[in-house]
Amino acid sequence: MADTIALDRPRSRRRPAARRSNFELYSWLFMRISGLLLVVLVLGHLFIMNILDGGVHRINFAFVAGRWSSPFWQFWDLLMLWLAQLHGGNGLRTIIDDYARKDSTRFWLKMLLYVSMVVILVLGTLVIFTFDPNI
Amino acid sequence: MAAPATAESTTHPSGIPAPEGSVEVTVKIHRFNPEQDEAPHWESYDVPALPTDRVLNLLINIKSYIDGSLAFRRSCAHGICGSDAMQINGINRLACKVLVKDLLAKKGKTTITVAPLKGLPLLKDLYVDMEPFFEAYRSIKPYLITYGNEPTRERIQSPAERAQFDDTTKCILCAACTTSCPVYWADGSYFGPAAIVNAHRFIFDSRDEGAEERLDILNDAEGVWRCRTTFNCTDACPRGIEVTKAIQEVKRALLFRRT
Repeated sequence: MADTIALDRPRSRRRPAARRSNFELYSWLFMRISGLLLVVLVLGHLFIMNILDGGVHRINFAFVAGRWSSPFWQFWDLLMLWLAQLHGGNGLRTIIDDYARKDSTRFWLKMLLYVSMVVILVLGTLVIFTFDPNI
Repeated sequence: MAAPATAESTTHPSGIPAPEGSVEVTVKIHRFNPEQDEAPHWESYDVPALPTDRVLNLLINIKSYIDGSLAFRRSCAHGICGSDAMQINGINRLACKVLVKDLLAKKGKTTITVAPLKGLPLLKDLYVDMEPFFEAYRSIKPYLITYGNEPTRERIQSPAERAQFDDTTKCILCAACTTSCPVYWADGSYFGPAAIVNAHRFIFDSRDEGAEERLDILNDAEGVWRCRTTFNCTDACPRGIEVTKAIQEVKRALLFRRT
């Protein structure tokens, strides 16, 4: 019980000089806007995939191929992929900033996060644009 | 001559006078003496308390009658100076503003838990090092900044202009808000609600010309964008300042640069 009160890391008495950048402002704003868009994109996606016309049981290769033959659904999925990945990634970045106790832990967790984000973004984008319905 | 009927008073086993109408409560205090203890521990004291007593009265009684080594801050004891902010039953309150009657258990014996503010270095018992808190306060430049010639008369302000920052002038720097903020617990470099409230007080003051500087400071990684709007600060403020709202107003000013 006692250690719930006494935090092990003393508060910092010095703070780093201001960076004079708007990065935190833009990332905060991005979270709000992408969150609103994702509500529509993700709920729409879930509705089409799980509820409409028999839901998940009609999903097969042909169904995906049919959807991705339309630029609209290609764009929908691409936008959803990028927004969800950046939104989730930025959220995790904030959580790592909050809870990592050592600078080295913070650095490596963030590197892991950024690498996984890049891999998923590149792979997903590649699949959406190079999808071949005739294989 | 008969004694007045209301003046009946006995003495509690602890030695504390127990006036008529008082009940025995247990005060569980988070104790730590850096010269003796390895780690903080809890100690309980049975004391008499009137429903109209404040928690501060109980602490003063314990210090006066039971254990003189109990350390806590208090100055005015009337909710103005902001010295005696502490965790009472788990929430940050001023010990001089919490009445015992609001803490009494519905049935059975009442236990009142008293702990130091969380997130600031613990020095002794209920006594924390306030320096990190004041460092954050100073770094937002909490003073009037003006440029150019001094006016030859007072700086005029309309009631509407004054109303813009009226709420945030009420801050007494007790640190109840900052030490209730989970972001501050996790990241001590965050300016914390109190510093932002005091920046708000000047940013929205029409007589002040330092808004840009302060907004730049609060636009930084450890500034207002770390706020998660959990409203702990608003709940904790003994002055009833709408702290979270003030932080949101600073965010809005940063987004649209309207001050």
